[in-house]
Amino acid sequence: MVPASGVVLAMALGGRQPERIALVALPVGLSIAFAIAGDIWLTRTPLTYHVGGWTPPLGIALRADGLSAIMMVTTAVVICAIGLFAREGFSVPEGTEDARSPGVFWALLMGVWAGLNAVWLGGDLFTLYVALELLTFGAVPLVSLDGRAETLAAALRYLLFALLGSVLYLLGVALFYGAYGTLDIALLSGLVRAEPVVWVAVALMTAGLIAKTALFPLHLWLPPAHAGAPAAASALLSALVVKGSFILIVRIWFDTIPSLLNQAAAQTLAALGAMAIVFGSVLALRQARLKLLIAYSTIAQIGYLFFLFPLASAPVAVTSGTDELWTGVAWTGGVLQLVSHAVAKAAMFMAAGLIAEALGHDRIAGLAGIGRALPMTVFAFGLGGMSLMGLPPSGGFVAKAMLLMAAVAEGQWWWSVVILAGGLLAAGYVFRVLTPALAAADGPLTLQAHVSSGRQGVVLALAICALLLGLVPLRPSLLLEVGRHIPTAAIAQ
Amino acid sequence: MSAATLYGLCGAALVGLGLFGAIVHPQPLRKILAFNLLGGGVFLLFGVIARRGAAAGMGGDPVPQAMVITGIVVAFSATALAVALLLRLYQVSGSASLSSDPDGGGR
Repeated sequence: MVPASGVVLAMALGGRQPERIALVALPVGLSIAFAIAGDIWLTRTPLTYHVGGWTPPLGIALRADGLSAIMMVTTAVVICAIGLFAREGFSVPEGTEDARSPGVFWALLMGVWAGLNAVWLGGDLFTLYVALELLTFGAVPLVSLDGRAETLAAALRYLLFALLGSVLYLLGVALFYGAYGTLDIALLSGLVRAEPVVWVAVALMTAGLIAKTALFPLHLWLPPAHAGAPAAASALLSALVVKGSFILIVRIWFDTIPSLLNQAAAQTLAALGAMAIVFGSVLALRQARLKLLIAYSTIAQIGYLFFLFPLASAPVAVTSGTDELWTGVAWTGGVLQLVSHAVAKAAMFMAAGLIAEALGHDRIAGLAGIGRALPMTVFAFGLGGMSLMGLPPSGGFVAKAMLLMAAVAEGQWWWSVVILAGGLLAAGYVFRVLTPALAAADGPLTLQAHVSSGRQGVVLALAICALLLGLVPLRPSLLLEVGRHIPTAAIAQ
Repeated sequence: MSAATLYGLCGAALVGLGLFGAIVHPQPLRKILAFNLLGGGVFLLFGVIARRGAAAGMGGDPVPQAMVITGIVVAFSATALAVALLLRLYQVSGSASLSSDPDGGGR
């Protein structure tokens, strides 16, 4: 269990050859993630590891349930693809001893990976705080890797939002510890009662984490930060880093206080998500630059994730046996949306990076002819876009269809309207890019840089992964049930 | 009023001041300072919790104290990172302001 994060972090810190170390660590981490997922899949029980042999009231537990396993595998796959993609952009130039930016990039990549794994596995609230900080400190420098004034400002703004978020989260942790004397999630879930201190703590933590996840009212930092970073870094930030704090919100609401999850709070979160979908998509439609468009689309896609809260928590009527089934469907759909967005968005950001590299700019108006010059890249972008719109057979289609069915079946039809509208808007902004990209160029297109087919291949492979996710929805959903107690909690209410 | 209550109220006041400062002030340096104030309030709260949860014969519960140390390390490195970014931003662009609209630089 621990090697995954421990090994990766140790390797990031050691040595003068960060790239080689990273390239060794990538397959090792990938195989460990698959091994853990396979183990959970076969045994159907969550794994628990007590650090140093101390049991929870005193020690720290790391837990891997089905959700952690899925997230670990997704993270490992996406990070491996990013690593392969970034080899050319961030290799140390020949003849020089040491270059700063590549070394820093590889170390940060490993640091973010370690932080993410710690977030997926952390079993108590304070460990999760530390993991979250590790993630932030890895992600912020990635934004400002090229050192231009705009990206420095974007990184600073991101850092200030993130710091405010984490200190609010820490305040919530303090209140939880003061009230119950433990921070272990499993122990807390048995102790919490509906009392003011819990509401204050959870409200503070949720508000802080929303700032880090860039949900609608607190999303301002995201577009400049994600659009300004180098392509490999924006893929990492957009696909995975924002998901870390989202999973923390899920852990708080569904695992720490499952018995107190109420519809008012869940509906509020989903309403913010709905606003995020509408605003993010409309703003994405208005962007003139490709990377900003993709960054705004991230805001919209994050909005979908928050539909998880009303749809997967206790529905309107709990008496009939069918509702339990629908919360399960919503839960699977939400997590599938998380995974398919991670894969599709990473592919789209890297495709945009290649396009920008080849053309020397990323203005949407100037894309004509690129479809002929870089067919694989544009195809990959289109496949990723299919997943965002929710066209079958992509992962995004199955995810959105599951959320939609759950919304209708649970009598929360108003969310289904937003899901459908979001799909239409997504189609709008994806076609806004594809139409000029596939049009014939006015004159002969001169490429600024040669883009190797290997990097195009990585992007395409990732986009095909996003597509194939739609074909295997049921197997992960079984894995997801491991260590989950949503249905029972819903019935208990 | 016991000492723990007094310190708890102080912590709450610091949190409030810090939050206000972080939201209201547009300048990044002030925001960083406000964040430290806010952090200080949270750490004081941890101290109060340690005091209240003390077992018989001990000065305080050690677990929150361990968490405060971790929190201080994190807050310190965060501040260092933020100040370094701010300095670099000043060196590169000549202004230490974050407002994105070109006309309202010194709001």
